[in-house]
Amino acid sequence: MSNIPADLRFAESHEWAKLEADGSVTVGISDHAQEALGDVVFVELAEIGKVFAAGDAAGVVESVKAASDIYAPVSGEVIAVNEALADSPESLNSDPYGSWIFKLKPSDKAELDKLLDAAGYKAAIGE
Amino acid sequence: MGQRTPLYDLHLALGAKMVDFGGWDMPLHYGSQVEEHHQVRRDCGVFDVSHMTVIDVQGAQAEVWLQHLLANDVGRLNEPGKALYSTMLDEQGLVIDDMIVYRCEEGYRLVVNASTRDKDMAWLDACKGSYEVELHERPELAILAIQGPEARAKVAELVSAARSTLIRDLKPFEGRAEGDWFIARTGYTGEDGLEIILPALQAPAFFNDLVGAGIAPSGLGARDTLRLEAGMNLYGQDIDQAHTPLTSNLGWSIAWEPAGRDFIGRNGLLAEIEHGVEQKLVGLVLEERGVLRAHQVVRVNGIGEGEITSGSFSPTLSKSIALARVPMATADRAEVEIRGKWYPVRVVKPTFVRHGKILI
Repeated sequence: MSNIPADLRFAESHEWAKLEADGSVTVGISDHAQEALGDVVFVELAEIGKVFAAGDAAGVVESVKAASDIYAPVSGEVIAVNEALADSPESLNSDPYGSWIFKLKPSDKAELDKLLDAAGYKAAIGE
Repeated sequence: MGQRTPLYDLHLALGAKMVDFGGWDMPLHYGSQVEEHHQVRRDCGVFDVSHMTVIDVQGAQAEVWLQHLLANDVGRLNEPGKALYSTMLDEQGLVIDDMIVYRCEEGYRLVVNASTRDKDMAWLDACKGSYEVELHERPELAILAIQGPEARAKVAELVSAARSTLIRDLKPFEGRAEGDWFIARTGYTGEDGLEIILPALQAPAFFNDLVGAGIAPSGLGARDTLRLEAGMNLYGQDIDQAHTPLTSNLGWSIAWEPAGRDFIGRNGLLAEIEHGVEQKLVGLVLEERGVLRAHQVVRVNGIGEGEITSGSFSPTLSKSIALARVPMATADRAEVEIRGKWYPVRVVKPTFVRHGKILI
């Protein structure tokens, strides 16, 4: 059983999204995703200022085993990336919900409602 | 569902994440493959490699037959207990499989890959001809690899006095039977260690003893990064039946002398040398952040292109390394394409780490 916090939204592609008080959306990968990837050794971050549509590839997480794209769960502009992941990519394994990957300024906050809630994500990953 | 080794239930009980490997359900890791890797380099770990195929070769002509069958010369095994690495080639010199050959008190023991079992058995049968040899596949045996600088000392404490003495006395690349166990000082990690071939029924209890003594159960994930750092080829990735030992960094394992030894593939290899060997298998080191992966394209400025055959993150070096087949004229620099971008890489001898020491 993986950890699925109730206050987050989830994409079927295993990213989590959190609407912050300032209106930005923080994005990371789920506990289930880090578990499936295994030891994460490198994260390729998007450039700040880049604009993505929901579902666009917005970075890459590389584990020892394989490389996996991370997708923008909602549309928007990248306003921050977690540079700390350059030196400690393994924090995506040890603390998947504390270790964010990038923050978006969403172009349409209503898109968040299209994402899965915790119960929906739990069902989607068969737990 | 894949085939299962005698240790399958124990792997699950130890929390292993299982994956398919050549038709076998095998442990990938028991939590962290990077941690397992470090354990083997610093201390020791135990791997279940019972999926590999053990074949005993006996009969009056076992030696002459293997001298015909294999590119390395079992005639070099001048007494029981000695072992060698060899490839098995087809007529063109292409690699059917690679293996370890142990000379036993009676005959020889071959340990070949799991994924190639069927084609190996078919080839062996086809090559038997009128030779006086008997082949006995030994599926009732399990194989445990206990690898790392502390492996021999730790295992010696857990076994009978006779086995303990044998473990202390074995020199590198030697293996001997003791009762119904066969204990060899060989491995696939670049560290000291043992490979123990024992009856399947005894394997779970022994594996439990090893884990109970603090020896980390280690999966195929760590086994792959360890062998890659050690510069050891994996059949199906770095070597296959589309390439010869000459283009696979395995020229050292071809015994050309005595010149009269007519081994299968000799003429094919000589023809390749006559024509000029066009490629070589080298090591690559990525100095920037990123991970080299199999099948990425290697570009050598002014010379040509090649391909990564195995690539991963090296836990010991904390950077990415790879084996790659490149044009023979490649010098010490190349570039690799990762997701549409070209990254500079260093070209090195493909032994990155041995006995815990970084060599590049």
